[in-house]
Amino acid sequence: MRFILAGIVIAVYLLHQDLWFWRTAHPLVFGFLPIGLFYHAVFCILCSVVMVLLVKFAWPVNSEPPASALLPEDEGR
Amino acid sequence: MIPAFFVFTYLAAVLYVGIFAFRRSSRGQSAEDYFLANRSLGTAVFLFSLFGTNMTAFTILGSSGHAFSNGIVTFGLMASASALIIPLSLFLIGTRLWMLGKQFGFMTPVQFFRDRWECGHIGTVIFAVQAALLVPYIIIGVMGGGSTLSAISGGWVPYWVGGAVVALVVMGYVFFGGMRGTAWVNTLQTILFLSFGAAALAIIAGGMGGFRQAAQEMLGSSATAPLLTRERISPWFFLSYTFIPLSTIAFPHINIFCLTARRVQQFKPTVILYPICLLAIWLPSVLLGVMANRATAVPSIAAKLEARNTLAAHSSALPPEERTRLRQAAAGDDVIVLLLNHYAPVWLAGLLGAGIMAAVMASDSQILALSTMFTEDVFAFYGGKERFGPVAQVHTGRIFVLGLTALAYLIALRAPASIFELAVQYAFSGFSSLFPLLVAALFWKDSTKWGALASTLWTVFAVVAVAVFQYAIPVPQSGSPTTVWTLFGVPALSRTPGGTAVFGLMPVVPMVLISSLLMVTGSLLTRKPSRQTMSRYFPGIQDRVHSRG
Repeated sequence: MRFILAGIVIAVYLLHQDLWFWRTAHPLVFGFLPIGLFYHAVFCILCSVVMVLLVKFAWPVNSEPPASALLPEDEGR
Repeated sequence: MIPAFFVFTYLAAVLYVGIFAFRRSSRGQSAEDYFLANRSLGTAVFLFSLFGTNMTAFTILGSSGHAFSNGIVTFGLMASASALIIPLSLFLIGTRLWMLGKQFGFMTPVQFFRDRWECGHIGTVIFAVQAALLVPYIIIGVMGGGSTLSAISGGWVPYWVGGAVVALVVMGYVFFGGMRGTAWVNTLQTILFLSFGAAALAIIAGGMGGFRQAAQEMLGSSATAPLLTRERISPWFFLSYTFIPLSTIAFPHINIFCLTARRVQQFKPTVILYPICLLAIWLPSVLLGVMANRATAVPSIAAKLEARNTLAAHSSALPPEERTRLRQAAAGDDVIVLLLNHYAPVWLAGLLGAGIMAAVMASDSQILALSTMFTEDVFAFYGGKERFGPVAQVHTGRIFVLGLTALAYLIALRAPASIFELAVQYAFSGFSSLFPLLVAALFWKDSTKWGALASTLWTVFAVVAVAVFQYAIPVPQSGSPTTVWTLFGVPALSRTPGGTAVFGLMPVVPMVLISSLLMVTGSLLTRKPSRQTMSRYFPGIQDRVHSRG
């Protein structure tokens, strides 16, 4: 699963280089938003979706300190 | 005057938040409480304040100003690349930093480096470099505060007074409230700006008669049509800009902030919502900056456009002083404020101005981070805490806040560079170059202090070299780069209108790559930390022989 997610992250990074909209403003989305700007706005939403996948399927298992390392007041917070 | 009244009311409110946080803190406040809010921030405050910490004058004024001059490319360069890189680095690096901070009690990155690599003075070198790189970032806040207050008040508040007011307010709530006050103020600031960003867009669009007509008019002019595409920059430059967001997690105020979460689970909503928050703030800023090119009904913006046209038409014939004057006159750092003043009702312009001011004042976290670093990495490390006690340590931190803010203000009064240039060329590229240190310390068990030192010294050299190069080689007047060194017929080093290009890439790319290379080779050639230290950070390794003669 982690390899698939790593592949998705790399693919999204490559999608940031949208050479296909480099020299054109058309179509103007909603009549005023150049396609290059609209694409990158959608790209931000895509990044959020990728983060949902990462959090759901690849949350770092070692991101909690061992219980013995926590101070007593940390417990139950 | 009325917008300025709203802004001053807002400034008074955030100052009160800092004092309120001070009253909430315990008597005889500990360093951990003052500098890290006792590692107890809740989910919403952690998300909004972490995001707010990253929003500066650069985000709002710099981005709209950059978009005014360069067009929609600003969003792809600075926002959408960050929408992937920043949450990803919080996910991978921020969570591990939090865990180690919780486990071993670190309060600064240098404390972590010293323990991880068993070093003392090398840690001090890293501290000095981080501090030197962070100061320009703090100056941005003061500069942005000065120009924003001046613009919102229609020039009634001069730049130097505006900068002083902002510096005093920020100094006040950081001084009193520490991390808790700073986090609460940042939360308020983020909510304020997220609320008003869309409102500003709608009101200005309405005032301009809608953006459809503006977009069509821009497309109809050869001078402005390229602003709606990216044809003026190369894809390689665009690609190299994705190295800039690596700086975010390497900024001390961000990785210190990662230590303030109560639980690691609080990173989850932060990494998921971070790209959406970026979108909500950057899209209006960039769009307004671009559309300002058709806001000729605003006299100040019309004057900027005229200055730009004069520069484009007669640049080579103008004396250098006149070129400099025109370049400053054409700068767009205040276009968003000018648009608000012209198109929004007075009371709403005041509220929106307060929202902009909220983003401008994000230098608070950097000031607090430098104070934390100074007291922990220098004062405490060199015996001050043992000699004078923990209470004196907090007092030292507060005195440092006063001194640093005063220094930043004095520099802001004299600094000639634009907000954007100052931020990107020095602080951002430098911290991106320090990114390999963080990755190596966290994930590569064989990394050593000598690799870290090599990487840090390289960063210093590269930042100074870029600064000297840009000082020595004047900005090309024709608009096309001045090639200084060619290798096999390819321009290897060029002075561009925006800065420096190395093989057509931003300097940040070779800076990060060479920094990584030095980290690896320096570590492979030198003695590893003791097995005991390595097993604390990498519990899985117990039996390998680490030491090399």
